[in-house]
Amino acid sequence: MENYMKLEVPAKSINESFVRAVVAAFSVQLDLSVEDLADIKTAVSEAVTNSIVHGYANMKGIVKVVCKVVDGCIEIEISDFGVGIEDVSMAMQPLFTSKPECERSGMGFTVMQTFMDDLVVKSKPGEGTVITMKKCIGG
Amino acid sequence: MDIKLETIGTTLVVKINGEIDHHTAQVFKSEVDREINLRNIVNLVLDFDGVTFMDSSGIGVVVGRYKEITARGGKVMIIRVKPQVDKILEISGLKTILECSH
Ligand SMILES: Nc1ncnc2c1ncn2[C@@H]1O[C@H](COP(=O)(O)OP(=O)(O)OP(=O)(O)O)[C@@H](O)[C@H]1O
Ligand SMILES: [Mg+2]
Repeated sequence: MENYMKLEVPAKSINESFVRAVVAAFSVQLDLSVEDLADIKTAVSEAVTNSIVHGYANMKGIVKVVCKVVDGCIEIEISDFGVGIEDVSMAMQPLFTSKPECERSGMGFTVMQTFMDDLVVKSKPGEGTVITMKKCIGG
Repeated sequence: MDIKLETIGTTLVVKINGEIDHHTAQVFKSEVDREINLRNIVNLVLDFDGVTFMDSSGIGVVVGRYKEITARGGKVMIIRVKPQVDKILEISGLKTILECSH
């Protein structure tokens, strides 16, 4: 069986650093470069922060993380059961943010896209959002 | 994250140590803004030598200070940037509006 890990935390901003550190630590088993691991950390931080800030709008909720090692790649799935995204392709545009008043720059998805080898966003208004991303050795 | 503030005339030097994310950005923002208003700061130097991590929440907070300082007719400078942080400054386009050095 392939290796995996599952993690669940309440949507509290203090957990952002915890989750990215845990995912990076799990990813170490793959022979990734130091830069790759730093990329993973940043991308995970983006997804978890989005769940807390947008998904749950700083209210109570749960953020779930599943990591799998598949064929020399690390697959990371981050989900929330928050408000969801109405128009995913608009949300993914660089500089698009629904919270400019909170000093958000609208660069989170762009960071995930550039730092990872693959990014899939699935979301349903009222149900939540699932982010799946992948980083591969030599990707 | 912890930050150290030093004022030289109307220039504020902010030394940041640790990780800048959504959680820590709030502290950064309130401490820097308080000093800017208290000491009538015009120019801002951000010393990133101790910054080990930054995500897009950091971009937001730097852009916010940039707007404030520009409105005061001043300049923002980021110095001693580490490679991973440099990468995020690069894709955010911040490097083209700020003065950055390694
Ligand atoms: N988990 C989520 N739940 C609901 N909406 C989301 C979620 N993630 C992203 N969004 C929506 O997509 C937009 C773009 O997200 P992105 O991370 O690119 O930018 P941002 O979070 O607004 O700003 P930044 O990440 O630069 O601080 C958000 O403003 C929000 O409207
Ligand atoms: Mg974001």
